[in-house]
Amino acid sequence: MKTLSINGKSYQIDVPDSMPLLWAIRDIIGLTGTKFGCGVAQCGACSILINGVSVRSCSTQVSQAIGKEVTTIEGSSPNLEYLRKAWEEINVPQCGYCQSGQLISATALLDSSENPTDEDIDRMMNGNICRCGTYTRIRKAIHRAVELKNEKL
Amino acid sequence: MKRRDFVKIFGLASGGLILGCNVSSDKLMVNSLEDGISFVPNLFIQLQKDGKVTIVVTRSEMGQGIRTSMASAIADEMEADWNFVSVKQATGDVKFGDQNTDGSRSIRTLLHPMRKMGAMAKIILEKTAAKKWNVSQSECKAENHYVIHVKSNQKLFFGDLVDEARKIAIPNENELTLKQKKDFKYIGKNLKSIDIKDFTTGKAIYGLDARLPNMKFAAITRCPVTYGTVKNYDDSDAKSIFGVEKVVKLDPLKPSVGEQFFGMLGGVAVVASNTWSAFQGKNNLDIEWNFSENESYDSSSFNDTLVKRVEKQAKVVPPSKGNVEKAFKEGNQVVEATYSMPHLAHAPMEVPNAVAWFQDQKCEVWAPVQNPQSVRAEIARFFELELENVTVNVTLLGGAFGRKSKADFVIEAVVLSKEVKAPVQVVWSREDDIQNGFYHAQSAQYFKGSLDKNGDVTGWLYRAAFPSITSLFKPMSDYVAGFELGMGFNNLPYQIDNIQIENAKAESHVRIGWLRSVSNIISGFGVNSFVDELAVASGKDGIDFRLNLIGKDREIKKRFQHTFSSARLKNVLLKVKKLSNWGKELPNGHGMGVALHYSFYSYVASVVEVSVINNKVKVENIYSIIDCGLYVNKDNVINQMEGAAIFGMSIALYGKISMKNGAVEQSNFHDYQMTRIKDAPNIKIEIIDNDQEPTGVGEPGVPPIATAICNAIFNATGKRIRKLPLLEHGMV
Ligand code: FES
Ligand code: FES
Repeated sequence: MKTLSINGKSYQIDVPDSMPLLWAIRDIIGLTGTKFGCGVAQCGACSILINGVSVRSCSTQVSQAIGKEVTTIEGSSPNLEYLRKAWEEINVPQCGYCQSGQLISATALLDSSENPTDEDIDRMMNGNICRCGTYTRIRKAIHRAVELKNEKL
Repeated sequence: MKRRDFVKIFGLASGGLILGCNVSSDKLMVNSLEDGISFVPNLFIQLQKDGKVTIVVTRSEMGQGIRTSMASAIADEMEADWNFVSVKQATGDVKFGDQNTDGSRSIRTLLHPMRKMGAMAKIILEKTAAKKWNVSQSECKAENHYVIHVKSNQKLFFGDLVDEARKIAIPNENELTLKQKKDFKYIGKNLKSIDIKDFTTGKAIYGLDARLPNMKFAAITRCPVTYGTVKNYDDSDAKSIFGVEKVVKLDPLKPSVGEQFFGMLGGVAVVASNTWSAFQGKNNLDIEWNFSENESYDSSSFNDTLVKRVEKQAKVVPPSKGNVEKAFKEGNQVVEATYSMPHLAHAPMEVPNAVAWFQDQKCEVWAPVQNPQSVRAEIARFFELELENVTVNVTLLGGAFGRKSKADFVIEAVVLSKEVKAPVQVVWSREDDIQNGFYHAQSAQYFKGSLDKNGDVTGWLYRAAFPSITSLFKPMSDYVAGFELGMGFNNLPYQIDNIQIENAKAESHVRIGWLRSVSNIISGFGVNSFVDELAVASGKDGIDFRLNLIGKDREIKKRFQHTFSSARLKNVLLKVKKLSNWGKELPNGHGMGVALHYSFYSYVASVVEVSVINNKVKVENIYSIIDCGLYVNKDNVINQMEGAAIFGMSIALYGKISMKNGAVEQSNFHDYQMTRIKDAPNIKIEIIDNDQEPTGVGEPGVPPIATAICNAIFNATGKRIRKLPLLEHGMV
């Protein structure tokens, strides 16, 4: 048995160490907001935060999360909430499938950068594919989230 | 009139009555809204006593926004307050009318009937209130979830009318009046996606998120060569993997000739307790294949063959007219060019997948499918079940682009569920998706055109070759079908006296499938690139040249089709000229290109600005204008057009699937690349406002993009790109 702490809740699971977190989270624990897109760290759909750092859960083993705090799209953080609001205002998603990963990557971006430029955004978000093509809205929404945050402060 | 007849009368049903009510176990999906308590004026609307309105959406949501658009059109006519509205997804059932979500036709074909459904609810609510107040109905007016008695200014809440409304007779169609455009509250305005909160919190349920108690997960290795079969296999390594429960050989299922079904490829399936184990098991199978005759397929040498074929005389197809040979002989200038494009794969972010549960001669499916009725019929056909014993629940689709019209992945899940006697989720890996898909046809196109001394086009010879989608259903379909020619080949929007259209043979060696905008991808690239070459040869401004080529204002009417208007096409071109500030001073290394295309009855023109520095292309700006008649959700149309621009960029920059020895060479996003945020340009979209009939939105934005990029590259560098993608030219 292993214990994973996800979004502040702990889960006991009985899986091999080498199982990718993605599948432990989706199939064993049953949190399906984290998405499968490629399985090889190429698309970002499976992005989660481990101790605040954005990782590709399809290519991260369960063992690497033990004793750490995992945040998925079902979770919350101050920046994630600003981003959600901005995503809604700007109506970013189309099919929505990539957006869990987009929001998690954007959270990591805002956690590390107070007011990212377009170039910062492109650099940080380049690992997240959106086949529907919502990129220009994603850029806009990240800037908007910064505004929302500053209005609050 | 009986309630259930209502759909029939409005021409929605393909003849069915309400079948047995298999209410699905999933609360998000629905077969009937009738609950014995609420007001349910028709199949699509339920009003509860607390005022909540549930609207059934019959088309699949794949990012095009139909759940929001369809519901808002009904709510608008019903005078329902949007805050009270939620939607449920219809299961596949003929009683709902055509549910095939394809061909950019949902709004085009359903807007009018859905508005009537809303109007019908409204009129009954007005009648109910009139009866309560004992006044004439004409004095009552529904507004924003209330019925108002105009004279006395009394108000009744919609929810408080439910019990009485249930008893009011269904009105006749001629009693219904639809709103004037000026009175719309939602149609033509901006609405957020009705699923937006679910999207941002991870609650949205796609096919891959469907979960049933005791569900197994399965992955399948299919033959790398299309239609190859399993000779023998060794599963001992696979079976020793954690979580693997069973290995099952799957024989191919092939529909009979002419059936519009897809069957499945067959292969070897690994059933496991989770997806990862299934994938691992699959990777540890040792399989020997009987490669089919498609093993000889080399897509690159076949492209050379297609090029040779289009550079020779081929089969002439209508509507050829005049005498091109004479025009070429008499022309002041003659221009020739050959273009080619590779196969493409859909690669929706959500891979193909399905959950099936087969038990007691019944089957229930939860899957991201574009056409649930055809899936239902296909399951009934292959598993010899009564149609009413098959339920197809439609989840959200994480993108589809035509891939999820072909539900081979559902058939696989049904076979496996039957075999292991439990619910099974089949999950395709991304490699499976790229390597065992249905591919957009590779193509070659040859053009020859003549210009007179004024630089006007006098002759147009257009020869195209690409394997037809029909080959999926009918072997030896080696020529392009009529419906494919109708996508930009034989319906040129240009006025030219001498035209000859020819079609050369192209056999298929892989499963050919439709992909967002279908053959318009091919014609859009060829025609616009060649028009650009003619424009350059004429020495005229690109937009003036095209306006002249479209010719005088005229309308072309065809049976069962929307009227084509050359004036509307010229209008989008003029509008994009303005929006893009066409002709403006450009920095060094920059260039602008234009393209236009008429597809799915919509008119689109795009201008692209690129920079080319050290032979590397960067798309700087994209401007597109669409005239799609009456539109429902403005912001959503803009989002679709932005997405189409990015989709078109993927085609231009990276799009190539190639086959060697019959097998696809690409495998995942590292070698079948997508446009990423770093590539994403500024995009400006404008929609034409008019009172025309609604036409397509999801697809028409795609065809002009790749060609406008190449035309811009020519403008910047003088280098003409006649073969895509740009990656192969070392330009990205
Ligand atoms: S699924 Fe992990 S990066 Fe694509
Ligand atoms: S919204 Fe569909 S993949 Fe991004």
